[in-house]
Amino acid sequence: MPHDHHDHLSPSGHPYRADQDAPLTYWQTMEIAMRELLVEKGVTTHEEITAQIEAMDRRSPADGAQVVARAWCDPAFKAELLRDARQSVIDMGFELGPMNLIVVENTADVHNVIVCTLCSCYPRNLLGLPPDWYKQRAYRARVVKEPRKVLSEFGLNLPDDVQVRVHDSTADMRYIVLPERPANTEHLSQSELETLITRDSMIGVARAKAP
Amino acid sequence: MTDQTGRRWHDMGGLSADPVDPATHDYALWEKRVDALQVLTSTKGLFTVDGLRRVLEDMGEDAFETMTYYERWTASVNQNLLEAGTYTLEELGTKMAEVSARGTTYGEASDPNA
Repeated sequence: MPHDHHDHLSPSGHPYRADQDAPLTYWQTMEIAMRELLVEKGVTTHEEITAQIEAMDRRSPADGAQVVARAWCDPAFKAELLRDARQSVIDMGFELGPMNLIVVENTADVHNVIVCTLCSCYPRNLLGLPPDWYKQRAYRARVVKEPRKVLSEFGLNLPDDVQVRVHDSTADMRYIVLPERPANTEHLSQSELETLITRDSMIGVARAKAP
Repeated sequence: MTDQTGRRWHDMGGLSADPVDPATHDYALWEKRVDALQVLTSTKGLFTVDGLRRVLEDMGEDAFETMTYYERWTASVNQNLLEAGTYTLEELGTKMAEVSARGTTYGEASDPNA
């Protein structure tokens, strides 16, 4: 939703959205009605809904960062991750549901970036819910056509000799980027490395942070 | 809805568009609830992700421009649940009237004892 005023920011630095404090909307009314009917019909319970929200809230880019940092530190794990990402992350204890997953590796010569041109498919079980721009027209339409220009809008300017590969997700297949390990990080522990790995670096619109 | 290439509105990969707006927002509770209801009802087999997308795509481009993401999801989950026979249109209408009579904010309307 467009917003022209940046003078009202939440503690997390995001603009407050009308959804949070405006009068009840038609769609909010429908959400409440749907939820109560589902409980009354015995399809679900309030506790189950709360548990599902909490499970989703617990997911964050820190989960994906654990996978990436381990791959940077453990060559055997990395090889297995690139071969069968789904099984590798399930073995680490992450819950993937029916989601298939492919890990694409960034190197000095190849840069990968992910998108869902048709809608909003995203490796949400490893990164949490997607940022708004991932679901919006500008990113979905353009990143497959002029990826270098889109990446430059995120502040990532790739040399011409780096090949860019754009991966279009589907409901049945999600991708996540294994960013390149930054230079001068040989002395860092796996948990220190995790702090360098951002959401955007696993979408492919940024590099991992320098130490 | 469909141009001469057979492309439907949601199939926007490769089209021209504005620069990416990096602004984002914190998800509101009602949005998280819609997300949770979609996951739970589809996991329980009431509909599939294809059913979710069919309704979203049939809404057309106008809905994409005028409704927020989770407003569209609300409409789609509801339509799928109606089609699955989980509840009837009449039950929905009665419940929505009951909910909106509780108050003028989301918090008030969410409280069945209001």
